[in-house]
Amino acid sequence: MTSLARVGRRIASASAASTGGFISDAAAIAEVEVLKLRRDWTELLTRAVQPTLWLLVFGQVFGRIRAIPTGSVSYLEFLAPGILAQSVLFTAIFYGIAIIWERDLGILQKLLVSPASRGALVLGKAASASVRGFSQTIIIYVLAAALGVRLRFDVGALLGVSLAVCLGSAVFSTLSLIVACLVKTRERFMGIGQVLTMPLFFASNAIYPLDLMPSWLQAVSRANPLSYLVDAIRGLMIAGSHAAFGLSLDFVVELSALVLLVVLAARLYPTVAR
Amino acid sequence: MSPRLPQNGIPPAVRTWGLTRRFGDLIAVNDLDLTIEAGLVFGLLGSNGAGKSTTIRMLTTLLPPTSGGAEVSGFDIQREPREVRRRIGYVPQMLSADAALTGRENLRLSAKLYGIARSQRADRIEQGLAFMGLTNAAEVVVREYSGGMIRRLEIAQSMLHRPAVLFLDEPTVGLDPVARHAVWDHLRELTGEYQTTVLLTTHDMEEADALCATIAIMHEGLVVASGAPAQLKAQVGPDATLDDVFIRWTGGAVEHGGAYRDVARARRTAHRLG
Repeated sequence: MTSLARVGRRIASASAASTGGFISDAAAIAEVEVLKLRRDWTELLTRAVQPTLWLLVFGQVFGRIRAIPTGSVSYLEFLAPGILAQSVLFTAIFYGIAIIWERDLGILQKLLVSPASRGALVLGKAASASVRGFSQTIIIYVLAAALGVRLRFDVGALLGVSLAVCLGSAVFSTLSLIVACLVKTRERFMGIGQVLTMPLFFASNAIYPLDLMPSWLQAVSRANPLSYLVDAIRGLMIAGSHAAFGLSLDFVVELSALVLLVVLAARLYPTVAR
Repeated sequence: MSPRLPQNGIPPAVRTWGLTRRFGDLIAVNDLDLTIEAGLVFGLLGSNGAGKSTTIRMLTTLLPPTSGGAEVSGFDIQREPREVRRRIGYVPQMLSADAALTGRENLRLSAKLYGIARSQRADRIEQGLAFMGLTNAAEVVVREYSGGMIRRLEIAQSMLHRPAVLFLDEPTVGLDPVARHAVWDHLRELTGEYQTTVLLTTHDMEEADALCATIAIMHEGLVVASGAPAQLKAQVGPDATLDDVFIRWTGGAVEHGGAYRDVARARRTAHRLG
């Protein structure tokens, strides 16, 4: 049996034995993030600047050029879900640096010496990132509505977008945590974070449809979890739009990626403190 | 799960056999055999790089040994790490309380991660705050605390679940004399009140003399002397101090151990303490 499978089984058995403890431990970690955000909202506002520029400048200019065929929806309507997903990605992909800080401050060691399972600690971190991702959703909805984007406001659609955003944030923040566990220093982490961000973004369906890409890029895009996040948000957020891959596939891919990454991160997480 | 008990029914707080940790060619801890009886304050003394912190990191399950083994409260650190973690408290050398949270919020996080029942949480937190003299600062964000208050908060955090063994890694490094004596007083009260075994590392001979019933001096990964402070002083001469004992056993050489990371960590902690 591979070591990965062994870790998976250990995490699964630990969670089966004490699911309540597992979930409450993860919730305790996530709650810390909520407390911090409640105390200081400035970070959320500064993070809103970049998506605002993408929608206001890029979206409006490319919308006028009409260079990118987007079917029954305007380019701005096509772009808005992509920018929400981009915002989720950019916020989450640098999340791992927090654990390097926490290691240097001794906070990580204290968490690791507690009886909470490593899986719960990692999932708690992922849930923390989801809190931040969700706050971006509100900002982008307000902005998109102001720009005349036709949004769906039915409960199912809003819950679906929230779930997709939370899952996407959790996936990319856990990926980021794995990178931090491997590189262990802030300097190397920032370099790799930059290297990851742009390929993930441009090799996705965030700002242009898959059909416009050359076949090799389409293949890369189909293996990119960001594409499925964009697809789910697009299908649920915009009136008259639909999910090209299908919502079921979008959520299955995101959830599978999260489980795989959490299992891997739970194994790597303690190594940061060594 | 029950610990393995010796004939008198009380397991030693800590027992190590051949405990060894290598980092590449460097042997940080070499074949350590140690028994610490329950209820004592035990001091591990040594210069930077002597192996004190590495020993604590192994005993707290943060770092796996290269060879040998150890039990804490009768549980094996490698085979039963979660059982060990349930029974220990840990205050790392760095200031590990979350500066963005209040004292009470830090305590609440610890209470949740250590599985203290919801019905007991509020009482335990109040008791911890009162015991460490922090009741009036409970709602203040930790970044406003003095260094001594942060250390007291961290000790309160580490004691919330009434651990059998408390590990303190250089608990008073960087504190002014008043704060240092306050921390000592609280540690004495704590061991008297809860019969907790304390294992602390320190460079500070005065601290060791004031607090420890037994000490072990480590040098280049080996325990070179151990016993009660009075006994060790008597072996050196009639008016010997612990400084004299330390110099005798470590050769009085200017310290040459200590990785860059260890020194940086100590300086960072001192800097945070102002």
